Amino acid sequence: MPKIQVMVERCKGCERCNDACPQEIMKMSSDLNAKGYKFASAVDQSRCLGCRMCAIACPEVALEVYIEGTQYEFFAY
Amino acid sequence: MKKIFSYTDGLTKKTTHYCPGCTHGVIHRMVGEVIEELGLRETTVGVAPVGCSVLAYEYFNCDMFEASHGRAPAVATGAKRCRPNLTVFTYQGDGDLASIGMAEIVHAANRGEKFTTIFVNNAIYGMTGGQMAPTTMPNQRATTCPMGRDVEQVGHPIKVAELLSSLTTPAYVARVSSHTPEETVKAKAAIKQAFQYQKEGRCYTFVEVLSICPTNWGLSPRESNIWLEKEMMPYYPLGVLKRPEDFEGETDGGN
Amino acid sequence: MAKVLMKGNEAIGEAAIRAGCIHFFGYPITPQSEVPEYLSRRLPEVGGLYLQAESEVAASNMIYGAAGVGVRVLTTSSSPGVSLMAEGLSYIAACELPCVLVNIMRAGPGLGGILPAQGDYLQATKGTAHGDFNLIVLAPSSVQEAVDLMLVAFELAEKYRNPVILIGDGMIGQMMEPVEFPEVKVGKPLGPTDYALTGCKGRERRIVNSLYLDAQKLNDHNEKLKAKFELITENEQRWEYYNTEEPFDVLLTGFGMMARICKTAVDVLKGEGINIGLFRPITAKPFPYKPLRELIDRSKRVLCVEMNMGQMLLDVQFAAEGTVPIDFYGKAGGIIPSVEDVVEQLRAAIAKAGGSRSGK
Repeated sequence: MPKIQVMVERCKGCERCNDACPQEIMKMSSDLNAKGYKFASAVDQSRCLGCRMCAIACPEVALEVYIEGTQYEFFAY
Repeated sequence: MKKIFSYTDGLTKKTTHYCPGCTHGVIHRMVGEVIEELGLRETTVGVAPVGCSVLAYEYFNCDMFEASHGRAPAVATGAKRCRPNLTVFTYQGDGDLASIGMAEIVHAANRGEKFTTIFVNNAIYGMTGGQMAPTTMPNQRATTCPMGRDVEQVGHPIKVAELLSSLTTPAYVARVSSHTPEETVKAKAAIKQAFQYQKEGRCYTFVEVLSICPTNWGLSPRESNIWLEKEMMPYYPLGVLKRPEDFEGETDGGN
Repeated sequence: MAKVLMKGNEAIGEAAIRAGCIHFFGYPITPQSEVPEYLSRRLPEVGGLYLQAESEVAASNMIYGAAGVGVRVLTTSSSPGVSLMAEGLSYIAACELPCVLVNIMRAGPGLGGILPAQGDYLQATKGTAHGDFNLIVLAPSSVQEAVDLMLVAFELAEKYRNPVILIGDGMIGQMMEPVEFPEVKVGKPLGPTDYALTGCKGRERRIVNSLYLDAQKLNDHNEKLKAKFELITENEQRWEYYNTEEPFDVLLTGFGMMARICKTAVDVLKGEGINIGLFRPITAKPFPYKPLRELIDRSKRVLCVEMNMGQMLLDVQFAAEGTVPIDFYGKAGGIIPSVEDVVEQLRAAIAKAGGSRSGK
């Protein structure tokens, strides 16, 4: 199952990852990071496809994507 | 676990000063990734402009210049001409490039300088607080055209990619966007192509990247994406306007 | 080395090459266009680079780029063009990069004229552009001296990592004189430097930048630049005394070509047994105040002659500190005061000084 790693302190809560995620699993948590932003978090890793769209949309390079097993590369990036 | 998307070595670890949702960050990342993937980081010298990306020298993980407003193409010319083995790029906003720096960009492109320009078009002056830019859309409000850009008074927005592609010498001119993941993937391909041409010492390369400015447009990132698509993209069509392959025999783009 | 008859502008270009500078960015403007013309032919011969910029604004930023990647670089222009380069010079000085700029001065202000003048003295020495920074300013009075000072210019630029400006005037640029070139470092570009942007292979990345948003850091940077200039002032002042061995009542001051014309005036009066001392700065900045003051203290009256409305005059007044009356004689617009004009002014000064010390 793929895993989205959020670098919490880099996130500015802009929600672009949420808009980009086809599975709509990237939500803003209610906790705040040091700068006071509600940082992003993957609410249901099990539905994650590992498509990397969230990380591609993120302006803060706050997301890293991991997968297990084969990666279905929907597009080259 | 296999990592399939990781932080690029082309960027420093510093968090950026850009507003939440501003796609300068996305464009920075793409340029950093391309420089890393083409193995150019250790020979790259970037030129930061004056504008929102004035602090770009803090973010690109390579040697960097800070240029005066509008003059990055001239600084890049000096650097590249004197050390041709360097990979040189300018990263400029629309005020920097299309207003005060118009002569510099037109002539650098027309001389076929062998560097790459990343031109971020967000239709506004960001860093100084949202003034009208040469690329501000008709009727778009800005702090210096509060009633909306009046084309009768100040003329129509400038299409820089088309302007430069009308010159004979510049051989790679493309316009892409960074507002959705889909467009970002295409944008990165164009940026990579530009740096690849430079790596081959082939020609001047120019990539205009449409970008959102939630703060000064007064919209959320999501609404900004919609505004960009509805307002900017019809006026600034995306695509590769010029490629060296298109006119191999003729001028081949450069000296 | 054999002497060769050469036009000043071309000699200046050749001198740069002999100083190991083979990169030039410039823009045409009378009366200095022969420098880019000459170098556009000569630099390819030595494997160098000549590039014509689209404006002086661009040219000044091209030399910023060239200096930033650690190569010896030159640009030349003339008065209005130098005004356009002002912002670039402020950046280059702020980033502590070496470069050489030659201003073949023409008559101003505004579009002015294309004849020789010295109206950019204060621009070069006092108010070049925004912010606290200093240029090293050299003022040659002959084509040969311009050649010699070009080598000094590159040396000082690199020694102190500071822009150096050589202020000649239309005459120095346009006239031909026999010149001897040193067989020095033909085409030897600058060696590797510890600040230049050459690609961060095998080292930490470097940044050439003059933006300091932190006030303390920017203040500290200003103080560093100031301390550097105090060092330059201590070590690099250059001037010439002429005919000051004997006592004199009137001290004549001038710089560049005007000082050379003044020398002839001094010789004319010496023929009549009237002794006039002459002082001229070779470094208009750092200005040799002490050496000038030593002559002022020996004189009853000072006459300052320039091709402007009184600019070096301020430095002479500063040196004198009101201890002696100072006359000024200046012409602008391209009028070049003649030897006779200067002699006439000297006679008036002698009369006011109460007869010359040598009893005539």
